[in-house]
Amino acid sequence: MTKLTTLQDAVERFVHEGDLVYASGFTHLIPFAAGHEIIRQRIKHLTLARATPDLIYDQMVAAGCARKIIFSYMGNPGVGSLRRLRAAIEAGTLEWEEYSHFSMISRLRAGASGLPFMPMNPTGAQDLISKNPHYQHVQDPYTGALVVIVPPLTPDVAIIHVQRADGQGNAQVWGILGEQQLAAFASQRVILTVEEVVDEAVIRSDPNRTLIPGLVVDAICHVPYCAHPSYTQGYHDRDNAFYLTWDEISKTQAGVEAYLDEWVFGLPDRNAYWEKLGPEVHQRLSAGERLSEPVNYGDY
Amino acid sequence: MDIVNYNSQELMVVNAARLLRDHDVVFVGVGIPNLACNLAMRTHAPNLQMIYEAGVIGAHPSRLPLSIGDPTLVTGATAVCSMYDIFTLYLQRGNVDVGFLGGAQIDQYGNINTTVIGDYEHPKVRLPGSGGSMEIAAWANRCYIITPHQKRRFPIRVDFHTSIGFLDGGDARTKTGVRGGGPRVVVTDLGLLKPNVNGELVLAAMHPGVTFEQVSENTGWPLQKADDCEMTLPPTPQELRILREDLDPQRIYI
Repeated sequence: MTKLTTLQDAVERFVHEGDLVYASGFTHLIPFAAGHEIIRQRIKHLTLARATPDLIYDQMVAAGCARKIIFSYMGNPGVGSLRRLRAAIEAGTLEWEEYSHFSMISRLRAGASGLPFMPMNPTGAQDLISKNPHYQHVQDPYTGALVVIVPPLTPDVAIIHVQRADGQGNAQVWGILGEQQLAAFASQRVILTVEEVVDEAVIRSDPNRTLIPGLVVDAICHVPYCAHPSYTQGYHDRDNAFYLTWDEISKTQAGVEAYLDEWVFGLPDRNAYWEKLGPEVHQRLSAGERLSEPVNYGDY
Repeated sequence: MDIVNYNSQELMVVNAARLLRDHDVVFVGVGIPNLACNLAMRTHAPNLQMIYEAGVIGAHPSRLPLSIGDPTLVTGATAVCSMYDIFTLYLQRGNVDVGFLGGAQIDQYGNINTTVIGDYEHPKVRLPGSGGSMEIAAWANRCYIITPHQKRRFPIRVDFHTSIGFLDGGDARTKTGVRGGGPRVVVTDLGLLKPNVNGELVLAAMHPGVTFEQVSENTGWPLQKADDCEMTLPPTPQELRILREDLDPQRIYI
């Protein structure tokens, strides 16, 4: 059975009320279209995990999708605060669980590797460790030293945007790799959104570039420009202007609701969203071209 | 070009750049640290290597990066790896010479708070949190902190230890077993603070025209002045030209 489907169908089938969701991508490849589809389907009580919640979780929290957030850096990158998230935490209306980037990624690493915990060297910073009981210590049996450990993070569903994949979900990524691969292997279910669905032969022509194998993928959705206002290396640029605009929009809950009415509830899907952005934005975000040198795998 | 007048940001960038050495491997953030690295590369440190927590090594950005994961960091870089690899193979393993840090609060012993003002469970002001800084502060060989010099940014004690300097001073940092040397210099728009033998930040240099009283009034603890406290040299025309014409022509960060 083919895994190719629409994003609407994939979200209906694989994202359930109360799930722990990991929409991955560190600045790069953030699957905004999937976040919008979850908002559109009004799925509630989610626990949203991401190293950097970014605008996607600011929007989902403001839309009422979340009961809890798990994060390691809660800012609007290069701009300032994530205002809705910050307001929800300051008002005590949103649970949160907090890490450093490295301990957050280590949790995914444990989850992706099937390990009971991941060890880390000491940082001397005790305050966060004392506030979050998921941080524990064990004694290194070889040296006797105390080692900081974190437990596995095993999301119910990961949503991962990639440049290209074949119909089985063998996915190739270039540019910033972030935590994409760990999120895919750590999660129970994986929704892949892709810029291009390609023939299996394209994937097989460059196997070293495959980051996520089809064997962990449940659904493949062809969603060009899924990552806007973040970006997809080689396909379109980051919309830094929108990140600044969001700082204005998100000053009030009403501002966000008006935005969601116009750009999420008012539109059927990502194609309509991209069209609505218009040719000037398309032009401004065009990626240009810088090709890599091909490599010879050998004809064996 | 006005080379007599320069602003606070330019002053901090130039002084941060001068701290970098050729061949340093630097864990860079966007904004002032990025400008400082690029300025150093174009002046005295052409072989400096910039690495970013997003997993980019040897970045050669051809435009000013506006986020920590800007695509311009990737195009033309020497390597890209996962976040797990950048924090383990590079930072935890000891392959990073310099980390740049900033924060809402920096205290007497160079500890940094980027997490919360007030109580953690009931925050008065919720800040972004650690990001990469908890490990950078612990594991980079040398750390440089860049921040404007204001009293509220320099309390005697931070509200929350997001990342550590010298904790309560003395051998407190060493006892934690962290591998890195901790903060070497705090670059502000008034001067440079450096830890004394006890780990307490003292005034090591003042920028031209700044007085000790001015620095002292803007610091939240009884600031000591180092015996060899000196004046920094003003930014040179060459440094200002590179910054204004090449690195940040739209004056986004300067």
